Amino acid sequence: MASSADKVFAPWEDAYEQPLIRFKNVTKRFGDFTAIDDITLDIYTREFFALLGPSGCGKTTLMRMLAGFEKPTTGSTTLDNKDLANVPANRRPVNMMFQSYALFPHLSVYDNIAFGLKRSKMPKGEIPDRVEEMLRLTRLQKFAKRKPHQISGGQRQRVALARSLAKAPKLLLLDEPLGALDKKLRQDTQFELMDIQEKTGTTFVIVTHDQEEAMTVASRVAVMDAGVIVQVATPGAIYETPNSVYVADFIGDVNLMPGYAKISGSRAVITWAEGQPPIYSKTDLTAGTKCTFAIRPEKVSISEEEPGEDVNKVQGKVLDIAYLGNLSTYHVELPDGKVIKAQVANERRIANRRFTWEDPVWLSWTDTAGVVLTK
Amino acid sequence: MRRLFLIAVPYLWLLALFLVPFAIVLRISFSDIALAIPPYTPTLDTSEGVWAGIRDLVSQFDFENYEFLTGDDLYWKAYLSSLQIAALSTFFTLLVGFPIAYGMARAPQEWRATLMMLIILPFWTSFLIRVYAWIGILGTEGYLNQLLLSLGLIDAALTILNTQIAVYIGIVYTYLPFMVLPIYAALERMDESLLEAAEDLGCSRTSAFWLVTVPLAKNGVIAGCFLVFIPALGEFVIPSLLGGSDTLMIGKVLWEEFFSNRDWPVASTVAVILLLILIIPIILFQRNEQRLREEEDA
Ligand SMILES: Nc1ncnc2c1ncn2[C@@H]1O[C@H](COP(=O)(O)OP(=O)(O)OP(=O)(O)O)[C@@H](O)[C@H]1O
Ligand SMILES: [Mg+2]
Repeated sequence: MASSADKVFAPWEDAYEQPLIRFKNVTKRFGDFTAIDDITLDIYTREFFALLGPSGCGKTTLMRMLAGFEKPTTGSTTLDNKDLANVPANRRPVNMMFQSYALFPHLSVYDNIAFGLKRSKMPKGEIPDRVEEMLRLTRLQKFAKRKPHQISGGQRQRVALARSLAKAPKLLLLDEPLGALDKKLRQDTQFELMDIQEKTGTTFVIVTHDQEEAMTVASRVAVMDAGVIVQVATPGAIYETPNSVYVADFIGDVNLMPGYAKISGSRAVITWAEGQPPIYSKTDLTAGTKCTFAIRPEKVSISEEEPGEDVNKVQGKVLDIAYLGNLSTYHVELPDGKVIKAQVANERRIANRRFTWEDPVWLSWTDTAGVVLTK
Repeated sequence: MRRLFLIAVPYLWLLALFLVPFAIVLRISFSDIALAIPPYTPTLDTSEGVWAGIRDLVSQFDFENYEFLTGDDLYWKAYLSSLQIAALSTFFTLLVGFPIAYGMARAPQEWRATLMMLIILPFWTSFLIRVYAWIGILGTEGYLNQLLLSLGLIDAALTILNTQIAVYIGIVYTYLPFMVLPIYAALERMDESLLEAAEDLGCSRTSAFWLVTVPLAKNGVIAGCFLVFIPALGEFVIPSLLGGSDTLMIGKVLWEEFFSNRDWPVASTVAVILLLILIIPIILFQRNEQRLREEEDA
């Protein structure tokens, strides 16, 4: 176990901790369209909070309420226990990086970044240093004198990021901050962001479409669907123990097997396909119910011979192989036509792999490898 | 061949409709007044061959009219007063036009086309009739005075017609659309999230307006000012109909020289100098347009 010195960062588990941001039954309607539907959510100081969800689910709207550009239709938002209802955007210790960047076209990159600093209490003499620092951080030194229309899309994104970081606000809202960057630069910037957070203690709320990014940087992830938050948890918990089929399906790759669970002790016995043995899985359920068994492909083992010790095993033949370089995903077809995916690390070279198309194989997993979902 | 043709068309157009008439005016400005048809000498005499005729013609040209213009302070006063009236009314048009353009650009999308129509609508009736209508409004017995008197705001009728004020009103009214449209085009293109970004970075609404909206409308404002200033400088109908005798504008002087005095050479000289004065703002205007285009292409 971790010693008390390097205690895990988990303020949301501490009942005495005061959240920095508190959404209380917040609903936002545009006309008769409900963009945010009764959300209650706490975000704590120094968190790196990621919002994940399909396009149009309300991520930007949630951010805009924090920045002060939208007022909740009902419900309240507080920052540091102060009600935000009547605080205008320019009085909030919050900066936002816009999804559309919203760079000032008439100002140079340098002046865009300096814009917020010039409106702050920062002494005039310190502004150039701060801007230089931001330019260095986002690797834009060479472009300081250019106008936004004279730089590339990725560079513009970095200017927007630098501009929002410059004032070192208490809360930073990043709406898809790294979408236009290539993988290498994106990873570097992710680490820079985490570094900035370590140093300044800023709280980040970040919208991303990139799950890997959410997994890498976030302290917690909220998965949204149509104006509702479906689950809020640490990246690990979201991945390993999703609370619903929606979350399991949205994050990463998953095998979903709908069926019916009977409870026997601490295990569910799930009948899911005719002619197949039931699936055994550890669960908290206490009564039989319709359910979906969800298991990640990398938790399914694949072998030529019938495995002995695993609890759950099914036989099928290889239908398709997706080669991902370091991993391969085998699509295995069962006799009744259902397909289960199994993912294994490519320990050998591609020419020497153990299975190929049409090979009969066994799939197996333990009774703790998957989760039983009832939503 | 096709390309050559395409390039040649606008140049031929320019040649026929601008350069040839200008050359004729320039030529008359070097001539002397005469009681003849046409009312100036010398005229081209080609009896001894075209070239000899032209040589003979040019040898009789002189700058007498230009000297005359510098000598008589009426003309300088008219030019200066025109410049002043054009500049001031451009400024007033901006004062009135900017809020209108701003309001249009901020109006709900479905309203904008209608508002645009309302701005352009007056162009569908004759300019002359609309200026006459102002005589009916601004006269001592006019609607404006009647209204103000009946409201009890004034005791005696105001004299507006036949003063410079009426000229300013006429110019602002006539050229307003030329100011509104380019500013509207610039403001409408502006992304509203820029104002949110400015507020997010600590600006109040007012400072966001000065730091973001105004700079982004700048090119539209410049274009609008030129579009008003250039025609207003040579304006003739409005000062003649609304300005009365105490308004001195070069357009009116020009008209009088041509038609009352039938002094074509002096009138042509006045026109040539007016054009020379206008060339500076026209070139500046073209520069602004070109820069705009370059920025848009990038
Ligand atoms: N001003 C508005 N008027 C009407 N509807 C709006 C307005 N702003 C947002 N919406 C609607 O609210 C919903 C949520 O929008 P939002 O921008 O928050 O989505 P998002 O989750 O950020 O999507 P994306 O990932 O595509 O950016 C959308 O269906 C959108 O059409
Ligand atoms: Mg969005």
